[in-house]
Amino acid sequence: MPAVSKGDGMRGLAVFISDIRNCKSKEAEIKRINKELANIRSKFKGDKALDGYSKKKYVCKLLFIFLLGHDIDFGHMEAVNLLSSNKYTEKQIGYLFISVLVNSNSELIRLINNAIKNDLSSRNPTFMCLALHCIANVGSREMAEAFAGEIPRILVAGDTMDSVKQSAALCLLRLYKASPDLVLMGEWTSRVVHLLNDQHMGVVTAAISLITCLSSKNPDEFKTCVSLAVSRLSRIVSSASTDLQDYTYYFVPAPWLSCKLLRLLQCYPPPEDGAVKGRLVECLETILNKAQEPPKSKKVQHSNAKNAILFEAISLIIHYDSEPNLLVRACNQLGQFLQHRETNLRYLALESMCTLASSEFSHEAVKTHIETVINALKTERDVSVRQRAADLLYAMCDRSNAKQIVAEMLSYLETADYSIREEMVLKVAILAEKYAVDYSWYVDTILNLIRIAGDYVSEEVWYRVIQIVINRDDVQGYAAKTVFEALQAPACHENMVKVGGYILGEFGNLIAGDPRSSPLVQFNLLHSKFHLCSVPTRALLLSAYIKFINLFPETKATIQEVLRSDSQIRNSDVELQQRAVEYLKLSSIASTDVLATVLEEMPPFPERESSILAKLKKKKGPGAVSVELEDGKERGELNGGGDRGGDAAIAASNASTPSPSADLLGLRSAAPVSGATPSAGSLLVDVFSEAGPAATSAGVNDDGFLRFVCKNNGVLFENQLLQIGIKSEYRQNLGRMYLFYGNKTSVQFVSFNTTVSYEIKSRILNVQTKTVEPLVEGGAQVQQVINIECLTDFIDAPLLNIKFRYGGALQNISLKLPVTINKFFQPTEMAAADFFQRWKQLSQPQQEAQKIFKASHGMDTEVLKAKLLGLGTALLENVDPNPENYVCAGVIQTKAQQVGCLLRLEPNAQAQMYRLTLRSSKDTVSQRVCDLLAEQF
Amino acid sequence: MIKAILIFNNHGKPRLSKFYEHYSEDTEQQIIRETFHLVSKRDENVCNFLEGGMLIGGSENKLIYRHYATLYFVFCVDSSESELGILDLIQVFVETLDKCFENVCELDLIFHVDKVHNILAEMVMGGMVLETNMNEIITQVDAQNKMEKSETFIFQSPRQDR
Repeated sequence: MPAVSKGDGMRGLAVFISDIRNCKSKEAEIKRINKELANIRSKFKGDKALDGYSKKKYVCKLLFIFLLGHDIDFGHMEAVNLLSSNKYTEKQIGYLFISVLVNSNSELIRLINNAIKNDLSSRNPTFMCLALHCIANVGSREMAEAFAGEIPRILVAGDTMDSVKQSAALCLLRLYKASPDLVLMGEWTSRVVHLLNDQHMGVVTAAISLITCLSSKNPDEFKTCVSLAVSRLSRIVSSASTDLQDYTYYFVPAPWLSCKLLRLLQCYPPPEDGAVKGRLVECLETILNKAQEPPKSKKVQHSNAKNAILFEAISLIIHYDSEPNLLVRACNQLGQFLQHRETNLRYLALESMCTLASSEFSHEAVKTHIETVINALKTERDVSVRQRAADLLYAMCDRSNAKQIVAEMLSYLETADYSIREEMVLKVAILAEKYAVDYSWYVDTILNLIRIAGDYVSEEVWYRVIQIVINRDDVQGYAAKTVFEALQAPACHENMVKVGGYILGEFGNLIAGDPRSSPLVQFNLLHSKFHLCSVPTRALLLSAYIKFINLFPETKATIQEVLRSDSQIRNSDVELQQRAVEYLKLSSIASTDVLATVLEEMPPFPERESSILAKLKKKKGPGAVSVELEDGKERGELNGGGDRGGDAAIAASNASTPSPSADLLGLRSAAPVSGATPSAGSLLVDVFSEAGPAATSAGVNDDGFLRFVCKNNGVLFENQLLQIGIKSEYRQNLGRMYLFYGNKTSVQFVSFNTTVSYEIKSRILNVQTKTVEPLVEGGAQVQQVINIECLTDFIDAPLLNIKFRYGGALQNISLKLPVTINKFFQPTEMAAADFFQRWKQLSQPQQEAQKIFKASHGMDTEVLKAKLLGLGTALLENVDPNPENYVCAGVIQTKAQQVGCLLRLEPNAQAQMYRLTLRSSKDTVSQRVCDLLAEQF
Repeated sequence: MIKAILIFNNHGKPRLSKFYEHYSEDTEQQIIRETFHLVSKRDENVCNFLEGGMLIGGSENKLIYRHYATLYFVFCVDSSESELGILDLIQVFVETLDKCFENVCELDLIFHVDKVHNILAEMVMGGMVLETNMNEIITQVDAQNKMEKSETFIFQSPRQDR
């Protein structure tokens, strides 16, 4: 007999559904639905008490309407009333309505909780299960408060029915996930672990999900589960296909449970107990052996179930990463799957091999499959499989096969699906850099990348190639020659023009000896692209031109003529016009010496983490990039990113004052999450300091805070959704800060709200803000102004709290606003004698603060100077007898008083150490400035 | 964890949607549309797994689906689930529906939404798997139907049923 006989459905419901299905248009459907809603509403509101059957029918209708995507704004109360019915039918439909339609913050929760409480204590297993289901579905905090104590009791009580135990286990899991603080560990925990031994496999199935979650959070408390899991697994694996009766699925004994047991074991290191470990290894071997046996059925379900266990076993072997013998067998097995006719298995094999590639035991074994994987990349019909193949190639790449893999990826890029191009570009760029033995190969690869997939080459990629060329003088001539050749193509990508402009502007002289690439030829080539380019590229080209004037005096007349033309000097774009005017002036009045100084070759970039890698990480989420730059050590850490980038930009356009919009450009240029558009780039400004944290809500985020001690503008925070930029200016004891909130998504943020709070009550800072509009459209940017008055010296920074809804989820971000005491510095110039006199005057011990610390970035003179100036003090030349040292002086302006401050920084390049000494008339100020500044070098 | 279970037909009409995480009603509808869009454009005989859409968490989540005649069964799961295991689970779900409805077809799902929800509730609870044994599930569903029937005969009023 079928469990649901078709005759006994509700006729009224059937009629209604048929009506809807017969509607010819959306309008007719809506009309019919509204009619029905009115009908139900009046029935609910009417005086006549409805019988259970009618209530059930109406609730079913509402569910159907809801499924079609219409809002249901009534009926909740009726559903809650149904819960307290004694009849199963009514209770059940009430619970169904609530689990589909009531969300966790409904006001009805209290009423619902009451009904649940009654059902839990009813000792009727069906009612108990309904109630437990409801808790698991809604899972709100209020429910956890009400039931987190009760459910563990039900779960481990001796007289609880199996079906109730199953529900109780998953219910508890849900509450634990939602409110872990409310589920208290106790006597029940050890008894939960023993559910792994339960007679009823259904109970084990439900319990194992709970135990896995609890173990991953409290491994020590639950470690007894390892031996229990191993023995349970061993019993299943060694059982014949008929032993487990109903839990045998297409001749495979308990596949789901086996998978879950293997997952549970992945929460722990290999068992220490030799006997347990031996038994487990035996299990894993049996599973691997079974894969080679002929199948017991031709049905795909049989092989699915068998392979599900096999893949989990392989994951466990990879997780342990300690049994070379098993690892190699696992790798061979995956190798077989790579050529399997089932697409699913090829997909999973590629995915598993990715993790296997990072194990030192099996890396070489994985590499033997390179041809198969390359073939998969070329021939698989399914883009998700090709994607996995690309991931695996990336993971198995090392110095020995980099050239082959990069070449294959490049050729794949020509036909690759649009959806994965951007990621492929990043991967190629990273591999090319990481495994570049000779940098000419690197330059070739990146230029090829731009040629093949220019639209998908993000700014990070072409910035990086320029950084590397500038920092390695052995490749500069080659780069100039290659880029010159690439530019000769009739149609070349704008990114190529950018790289070309920059590199020829710096190193065009290295190829000028050849008459085929004489200065004038180079210039004409670049200028032939000018009119096809966007404004930022034109700006870059103008800078390249002025550099040409310095490199090749013979081009001066030609270039001046170009600059003088109306289309430049009267360009409607302010930035272009300004550059044209200033460069023209600079080239006409400055002597060659001055010109040579101003337009000197770019200094090497500070070595830093590849921003491309950061971008890939951001794109794929943390943990997705298993391969780190192995020569990262040699490259060193990010060196005060933004400042340096800023310098670079200014140096490039040297005479041109950095336009006030530079930072705003930087803000807007942040590419959307999936976007591949090379947006209005602002030269090298700021982008490198953008590898900001991507946390959504966790705690107060003060990563950004310290980056702003020595600068006033830049990106304070960025995640996938939101970017917050800052511009600030300070005068005397007053400051004004502009915050720019950029919505990076295409969806609007609602209930957008920001508050600035200052923890200390005693008024030290006076902070005033204007509220922002509660709606931020997708892609839009809103601005907020904050006025700050410094009343007396302070340590704690104000907190900025941002709340908004994106989709359904509430986002909550807390940041420290970068308001630090040094912002209120007035620089003070003084002669050496004055300095030392004051220094001596401030000789009491509490007036001095000193720190000795290791350099965490490079010790480049220019960078240090820029930072000290950024601090707000005057940098005094010729004061310290040792020219390696820096001394500074300034006065901190607060409303209450002025605090004079002297500073001395003594770098020791050999030991990579600094000694920083601060003296001021106020001990708290010395200490605070010293603490802040010590984090900057 | 299973984040959502969606059933829709070849034209994208939802026949069942069950979310185990909270989204607004609008977002739920958008997720259904997005998922349909992702799944329906795929050829037959390609693999049954793909990365989840942006709305439901992007590449952190996988969509695992099967296509039966006019219906797509899609499970959206996080990385803690075995892909092939979920594929089997879909099969168990469909076989159970088939047993309960005797040759299940799209119309059964349309006219018995509540029953489908009940059957699903016996398999998956709060996003975790409760039971994989089909006979056990059917026993539970049968028991419920019996209770329901004994009550319906008392309360059903045959007249005026709209």
